[in-house]
Amino acid sequence: MSAQAGRQPETEVVPGPAVHPGNPVTVDRYTAGARINHWITATCLVLLALSGLALFHPSLFFLTGLFGGGETTRILHPWIGVVLFVSFIGLFVRFWHLNLWRGADTTWIARLGKVLGNRDHEDPELVEIGKYNAGQKIVFWGMSILIIVLIASGFVIWDQYFSQYTSITQKRVAVLVHAIAAIIIICVWIVHVYAAIWVRGTIGAMTRGQVTGGWAWRHHRKWLKDLVTGRPSS
Amino acid sequence: MFPPLPNPDVKASARFGEQDIVRRSASTVAAPARQLTPVAKLIDVSKCIGCKACQSACQEWNDLREDVGENHGVYDNPLDLTENSLTVMRFTEWVNPDTSNLEWLIRKDGCMHCADPGCLKACPAPGAIVQYSNGIVDFDHDKCIGCGYCLKGCPFNIPRFTQVEHKAHKCTLCSDRLAMGQAPACAKACPTQAIVFGTKDEMKDWADIRIKDLKARGFENAGLYDPPGVGGTHVMYVLQHADKPEIYAGLPKDPRISPVVEIWKGVTKYAGLAAMGAFAVFGVLHHLVMGPNRVSREDERQAKELAEGPQ
Repeated sequence: MSAQAGRQPETEVVPGPAVHPGNPVTVDRYTAGARINHWITATCLVLLALSGLALFHPSLFFLTGLFGGGETTRILHPWIGVVLFVSFIGLFVRFWHLNLWRGADTTWIARLGKVLGNRDHEDPELVEIGKYNAGQKIVFWGMSILIIVLIASGFVIWDQYFSQYTSITQKRVAVLVHAIAAIIIICVWIVHVYAAIWVRGTIGAMTRGQVTGGWAWRHHRKWLKDLVTGRPSS
Repeated sequence: MFPPLPNPDVKASARFGEQDIVRRSASTVAAPARQLTPVAKLIDVSKCIGCKACQSACQEWNDLREDVGENHGVYDNPLDLTENSLTVMRFTEWVNPDTSNLEWLIRKDGCMHCADPGCLKACPAPGAIVQYSNGIVDFDHDKCIGCGYCLKGCPFNIPRFTQVEHKAHKCTLCSDRLAMGQAPACAKACPTQAIVFGTKDEMKDWADIRIKDLKARGFENAGLYDPPGVGGTHVMYVLQHADKPEIYAGLPKDPRISPVVEIWKGVTKYAGLAAMGAFAVFGVLHHLVMGPNRVSREDERQAKELAEGPQ
């Protein structure tokens, strides 16, 4: 088996043969670096959501207690945002190439009902999925765009260091954009987390770095076939 | 001549306090048992001589010291409000196009104590901004978290932040002095009675007298600045040219809380929580109805066959 041959275009390459015989077969999905990168980003995102929601709605102000009070929440939130942004750049560089939109993704979206009905594996056009399906790609690009919007609007309202660079009118728009983008990214995050729970066997990919062969066969068959045959994956 | 300001005994107990709060930032309060008489400060721009006694009195009473500044070639000093200068005189040299006269317009800038305060609406910290039933809008620095939202909510660009703690400061209308029956420090120091203080009704009546006087002197458009867009204010101006407030160093003609702030603190807050809740509920319902998407034994068998050849 020549699993590593011909996979140069991938940025997120699993070194060595990725498919391990056994019962069940196991498949390497994420390198340790990718997993650490992911969990740093994930931790930041959760902390940002908690601290941001605390300042977004009075009924959630009590969440500031997790950060040592309102003042420290206000101080920490933007810094966590900077860490997330830098960390997410790492994820973006690793995964953007695998998230480019393909024709099959449009079919997947058109037949979302089958996917949500747990019947996607019955449709021959919905099983030949690469490393990411259309839903995962939407989460990826949604996160990417929203994180850029959030960091940009965040700097405008980071008054302690940047208040002199923008007008009050610009700050008002920025604070509204920041709130709306944050709401959307939390919704995207809910989809991301729920999908990982709903599709059993997924979470191991981001903890141990592996999935079973059956999981790959069921949800990302083209990716599995490419790993086995050594074709470039997409 | 406005009657001299009273100077009562300050050993008495406070005349108002927490029990008189009608609005509290990021929280709700029960309606107070009593309604205090609304108060107001009336600033008669036509009587101001620009001596800055009010600025000095403000710093003195609030124990603030402005940094030694630089001469910028204008009378304004400092050039803008700061965390140490809660009020500043803004000087404008304006040539009246009707008379070709140079008019020196000197406006004492500072918190207007809006009846509908944008700062309070924007503030996310419970109790950091309060409004008393006499109209005073006050900041509680112990509860302030320094986020700067009040400045975004304010239609007059008033709050300023300390450098280190980044806490918001503004004119308190000398709420501490008022509680003891004393007038604001600026009003007490003003040598020409350009600043007078009393109940809001008294101030409106006094303004009427002043406006009649100004009209008799040829200022046809003299009037009171008590902008309805923010529900009226508890700091009011008598302006010689009330039809053109913007000539007074940019006093807004029709100030109101920005619609962007209204959307942010209104529909966004509720629609946002609803959207996040809807996504979470969808997940729970989907899982209850459709159940998990599990890998079957057949899937594992197919994968094994692909990876290791026919079994």
